[in-house]
Amino acid sequence: MEKKIRVLIAKPGLDGHDRGAKVIARALRDAGMEVIYTGLRRTPEQIVTAAIQEDVDAVGLSCLSGAHNHLFPRVVELLRERQADDIVVIGGGVIPDADIPGLKEAGVKEIFTPGTSTEDVVAFLKTHVGR
Amino acid sequence: MCPDERLQEIRSKREEWEQTTLHRVLNRYPERKAVFTKSSGIETKRVYTPEDVVELDYNRDLGFPGQYPYTRGVQPTMYRGRLWTMRQYAGFATAEESNQRYKYLLEQGQTGLSVAFDLPTQIGYDSDHELAAGEVGKVGVAIDSLADMEILFDGIPLDKVSTSMTINAPASILLAMYLGVAAKQGVPFNKLSGTIQNDILKEYVARGTYIFPPAPSMRLITNIFEFCSQNVPNWNTISISGYHIREAGSTAAQEIAFTLSNGIAYVQAAVGAGLDVDDFAPRLSFFFNSHTDFFEEIAKFRAARRLWAKIMRERFGAKKEKSLMLRFHTQTAGSTLTAQQPDNNVVRVALQALAAVLGGTQSLHTNSRDEALALPTEESVRIALRTQQIIAYESGVADTIDPLAGSYYVESLTNALQQKAEEYIARIDEMGGAVKAVENGYMQREIQDAAYEYQRSVESKERIVVGVNQFQIEEPAPEGLLMVDPAVGELQAKKLAALKERRDNLAVANVLDELEQAARGDANLMPVILRAVQSYATLGEICDRLRNVFGEYVAHDLL
Repeated sequence: MEKKIRVLIAKPGLDGHDRGAKVIARALRDAGMEVIYTGLRRTPEQIVTAAIQEDVDAVGLSCLSGAHNHLFPRVVELLRERQADDIVVIGGGVIPDADIPGLKEAGVKEIFTPGTSTEDVVAFLKTHVGR
Repeated sequence: MCPDERLQEIRSKREEWEQTTLHRVLNRYPERKAVFTKSSGIETKRVYTPEDVVELDYNRDLGFPGQYPYTRGVQPTMYRGRLWTMRQYAGFATAEESNQRYKYLLEQGQTGLSVAFDLPTQIGYDSDHELAAGEVGKVGVAIDSLADMEILFDGIPLDKVSTSMTINAPASILLAMYLGVAAKQGVPFNKLSGTIQNDILKEYVARGTYIFPPAPSMRLITNIFEFCSQNVPNWNTISISGYHIREAGSTAAQEIAFTLSNGIAYVQAAVGAGLDVDDFAPRLSFFFNSHTDFFEEIAKFRAARRLWAKIMRERFGAKKEKSLMLRFHTQTAGSTLTAQQPDNNVVRVALQALAAVLGGTQSLHTNSRDEALALPTEESVRIALRTQQIIAYESGVADTIDPLAGSYYVESLTNALQQKAEEYIARIDEMGGAVKAVENGYMQREIQDAAYEYQRSVESKERIVVGVNQFQIEEPAPEGLLMVDPAVGELQAKKLAALKERRDNLAVANVLDELEQAARGDANLMPVILRAVQSYATLGEICDRLRNVFGEYVAHDLL
């Protein structure tokens, strides 16, 4: 049997808006993935440690506070430092279009903005996570 | 003809209509859906008639404006006397920049201020704390000490404006800073009016800016109630908020029920601490969301008002009229704004604002069209404010009170929402009240389920969101968005270092020790917090001392 995709949904920084993170988490689970949710206010260090410990295939970062340019690249960087850059990092939240190229350049695979269908996120992970 | 006979006549006429006129059309043209339902799961009928409000007793259920049960409004003249307060939530970057935005809004005819603080401030960290990295000045203004607060209100006489501050876990400290500014301006505390949000329970449930566990948090809240009833009599000591509960995905009925349940918990805590209900209840205020389902929202506001009056009178034996009145601020629904075709949001906001006015709000924030993309620009904020002014001055809806009363539909929906909310409140009572229902995750689960249900209905297109899942267009990336300078963090850190150089550090250390000592006992903490901020102790320093004593709340997240 094919191994299930494991995903860590994480809330980096101080932002408390977790509606989107929780909706995505449930949609991924309903699509047959194994999902772990970190809860609020995690540092990039905590997120990376959890991702490695849980042996996930992907990390989904959610931030609506505007701190994404600081937090998302930091997660990618730490994964790289810990030789875990096979883990796919995606992000979502209130993220201006202008910031997306920079985030992708930093190594975030995809950014999902408001109005995204959860099906698109599921499809993206199925395509980009190689197991 | 007696009422029963008249009703009988309406019923037979309706049955006749269904079998003839309606039947013919339905056979040829079926309706758009088999069932029409509200967020709350209440089914919407094809048409409403006097049959749907048979139980309605005018004097008992509606009454007159400014009289129990306040269904029609809390003031006898409502907007004929004075329009609602137009209060745009604003704040970003530094105190200097936010001060400029406030002055701009006041010049544009805004009538009250509403301060947005950044996340480090809301969670009790100074701008130079490592967890503040990347967050300083982003979702609101960064305030580290009284020195920042003095700049924030520079040139704004505090006896001439009312100020609402969205601050919860450290509300006592920000209130103390506001009092500190008033003292410097020579404004006596009894001339101050405004609101602190100070609603910690909904932070655990839906908003996330908690610091301390529930018990010491409830104590801080009770301390504020007591202190203000004696020293700042016109201050709204809490704004019990359904707004964020709704934004997190709840239904309209859950918004009323969870908010009022939280309200019950605060009243109980204060009464339990020995306060007389009529001493503090007149200063309780509420904060609701206005979503897009127009009539459901109007009915929600009316039902909430009627239900709170009943709770205060019957459960708590409140006697003062003001204790029974649910006075509320409304904000239009941020979660309904779309990043796609953002100008459409102007229309959504107008509908939501109109519902709030028809529902009898005391103050209103209208969201800006670009808020699904970034913080709003000055131009977008002006359109949002103009939307309120058009409703106020041009639409005519403010000229008579509660104009939808007596609508078979609106009255029936008001009753149905109240009933749903009462069922939830009874369930929460059985669990031991709101604090328990938060700790065991009940409210969170209910909200998550509703949020997921909503998302599925959008994805299945059972629910249409214009521009998102239907009527999409190719559009260029939006331009001219407001960006906060990332250097704000460094700037604040420098200001903080300079402050720590120039203040009397011995005095600060002494008052902080005194605060920590007081926190271990059971005295009211407000006086010592006030002295601490006046010595220019920082927000982070004060919160750290309280963390030493109270500990921090750890959420148990369930999926």
